[in-house]
Amino acid sequence: MTPPLSCPPRRRLSLPASLAAAGLCSALFAACGPAEAPPPSIPQDVMSGGDTTIFDDGREAFSYPAKNLTREHKDTFFLGNTTFNRNWVQAPASVTSSDGLGPLYNATSCSACHFKDGRGAPPETDTEPMLGLLVRLSVPGEDAHGGPLAEPAYGGQFNHHSITGVPPEGSCFVEYEEIQGTYPDGEPYSLRRPKLVFADLSYGDMAPDAMTSPRVAPVMIGLGLLEAIPEADILALADEDDADGDGISGRPNFVWSAGANAAVLGRLGWKANQPNMRAQVSGAFLGDMGITSSVRPDADCTPSETACAEAPNGGDPELPDDKLDRVVLYSRTLAVPARREYDDPDVIRGKQLFEAAGCASCHVESFQTGPFEIEELSNQTIFPYTDLLLHDMGEDLADGRPDYLATGTEWRTPPLWGIGLVHVVNHHEYFLHDGRARGLEEAILWHGGEAEPSRESFRAMSAPDREALVRFLESL
Amino acid sequence: MKVIISITPRALFASATLALAAALTGCGSDPEPADPTPVVERYVEMVHDTYEDTVFGVTTLKGTVDDLTATPSEASLKAARDAWIAARPSYGESESYRFYGGPIDDEDGPEGRINAWPLDEAFIDYVEGAPEVGIINQLQSFPDITKDILISQNEKGGEKNIATGYHAVEFLLWGQDQSTTGPGARPYTDYVTDGTGTAENQDRRAQYLTLVTDILLEDLISVEVQWEPGADNYAASFAKDPKDALGKMLKGMGSLSGAELSRERMNNALQEQDQEEEHSCFSDNTHADLVANATAVQNVYLGRYGGEDGPGIDDLVAATNPDLDAQVKADLDAVLGAIDAIPQPFDQAIVSEDGRAKIQAAIDALQKVTDDIVLVAAELEVTINLEE
Repeated sequence: MTPPLSCPPRRRLSLPASLAAAGLCSALFAACGPAEAPPPSIPQDVMSGGDTTIFDDGREAFSYPAKNLTREHKDTFFLGNTTFNRNWVQAPASVTSSDGLGPLYNATSCSACHFKDGRGAPPETDTEPMLGLLVRLSVPGEDAHGGPLAEPAYGGQFNHHSITGVPPEGSCFVEYEEIQGTYPDGEPYSLRRPKLVFADLSYGDMAPDAMTSPRVAPVMIGLGLLEAIPEADILALADEDDADGDGISGRPNFVWSAGANAAVLGRLGWKANQPNMRAQVSGAFLGDMGITSSVRPDADCTPSETACAEAPNGGDPELPDDKLDRVVLYSRTLAVPARREYDDPDVIRGKQLFEAAGCASCHVESFQTGPFEIEELSNQTIFPYTDLLLHDMGEDLADGRPDYLATGTEWRTPPLWGIGLVHVVNHHEYFLHDGRARGLEEAILWHGGEAEPSRESFRAMSAPDREALVRFLESL
Repeated sequence: MKVIISITPRALFASATLALAAALTGCGSDPEPADPTPVVERYVEMVHDTYEDTVFGVTTLKGTVDDLTATPSEASLKAARDAWIAARPSYGESESYRFYGGPIDDEDGPEGRINAWPLDEAFIDYVEGAPEVGIINQLQSFPDITKDILISQNEKGGEKNIATGYHAVEFLLWGQDQSTTGPGARPYTDYVTDGTGTAENQDRRAQYLTLVTDILLEDLISVEVQWEPGADNYAASFAKDPKDALGKMLKGMGSLSGAELSRERMNNALQEQDQEEEHSCFSDNTHADLVANATAVQNVYLGRYGGEDGPGIDDLVAATNPDLDAQVKADLDAVLGAIDAIPQPFDQAIVSEDGRAKIQAAIDALQKVTDDIVLVAAELEVTINLEE
């Protein structure tokens, strides 16, 4: 049967119920074939990940494959998920497919820290071991590729766990100091400043000039889309010397890529210190779990860590390429959820306030992705609210530890998409690189350096305006 | 797809019998989609019936667990295993009531405590070559085993760190499955506390099993009461917006048939060829679990549970598109036929040529049903936001 020529575009199924227009002819249109066209009623910026966007605001909101993934890619995605969730065990073990943990490690699975593909949290008490938060280590200087110079005895990352027969590096705890503040309107607030406390160090004192950088596990959504933003569009936003005089001097990081054998634009990680997901994933397997791969083939033991170097491994490499490929695809294609409550008047006003306060200078709302090796992520209009550039965030947030071109006060603008669902998925609202902020309001109040004028604009707002701005963030 | 535009006498009749507004729209001869109210009311009733059966099943299980821990023997262990297997179908048939933030899996829902898998058995108890591992054997870290401890440890430090639920009970009754022909063979002496028992910490194992069964029962009751008819609960608010409810029903069906059953519970095991990825890997009950899950999808479509058939989505679809209804029914039957054809046990089917072909056929059949559910949603003009 030939469909009638007068058929209007078929309504998409992927709309929130509130948007479902009462199409009088829908039953007829449903028979008109799979013509797809976005309905005029849904604002484009609600589809945070373009055609990859999913609609879910529940506990699994960060765990779906991109909406438009092919069937074949979805199958691979779910296989990647099993490796992502797998608990690695000490070698040798009867389950040879998942042995090779450590010898030194932070966690036994990816999902330990990225629980339900969401955000890690700092310890709740000053005696609780870290999980979802790790500490990078270095001493002044640079490695052969311009990266951080590893601490001589403990390496580039503190590993507080180890397999049997190998001493763990020690313990690390977080203590907090409360700092009182007051809004210009008289309303008080309190921020907590973290301090790292190392104990039971197994391999002697750290170097006196050792530098530390605590970093929580970020949400995993939309990472492939960030990779697919054309480099030129990111560099076009850079303004190293603040030529335009707006006080914002975004700088690109350039980091070593083993795959490219060259320094390339850094996009991922708290300091934009990873060039792509393949490097990020293989780096995390090695640094966080002690699992070697073809990209990172050597166990991470320092000269002091002799038992580490002598421990048995779980294969060479421990993570075969097919599994690495699946986890990389998985990590690139976790979908971004659509915004909620975007048509609430307070949320709309909050967005205007966000822009008026200059937040969007760094938390850049939108990009168009370019061609990408995963076709489904190509040419999408996305709303990540980041420029992927480094900004000086002031002394209060500084880790004092350079990372390639990033200075000790610079951080990469983190994406904000999905931030309003962290409390649903992960049952906490600890934000910023070390999770010090207890909620979005505190996160804003910690902004300093280039972001200080924006923070001051926020502080000067009326209480209802501050609330509206936060409600906008919660809608992302 | 077969396109039906003209209205049929049967469709008109069906909509009339459902007391539907069969008013014609101004743009063609199609009827308005049928009023989903009776279908939603039937759904609420069958959801409650299903959870009531899960509570009954685990209450029975609880009795056998008490017997096992009080007087461990071959017979009391077998009785507990039998009760576990008998308790599974009703839960499997309830799983199409997930995936839309209802009482089972809303923000505070207990689903992650009830049926989380695959679990890392070494998180709970000893495994081959490691007698000292697991909460049961780690006296220093866990001097007392309490409900609060088990609940707080569930999913702690990783998605495979499962301390509670059906599969924790399963592991405690069967142990690791090292057999190519049958399930795990944990000896009842793992629960003998007079000094002649096997493995260490038999008293703590019994305590763990008792508490974890109690938690399971309490969690299931907490869901059941939310579906109790006539109460001020989730069911009451659910039924208030029948069209929205219909969307949730379809989303639950499609999420189970698509991502959950065909991919996570079947394709992953098929591709990895790894027993760790089968649903009930200790008891070899996976085949029955698959049947129950497929039945769960069919139940919601038909408005049927436990032999009682009420107004279902099928009636709504038949009212406007009987061909689609026939197609969906045939495809649902085909899924059950395809799963039935998978040889048992499932952990051997994933590594045999014949088994693998049959599993693939069942996956393909499930994909067809998932596609059907999208068509049904379009036919009924509801929004399902199916993520698969």
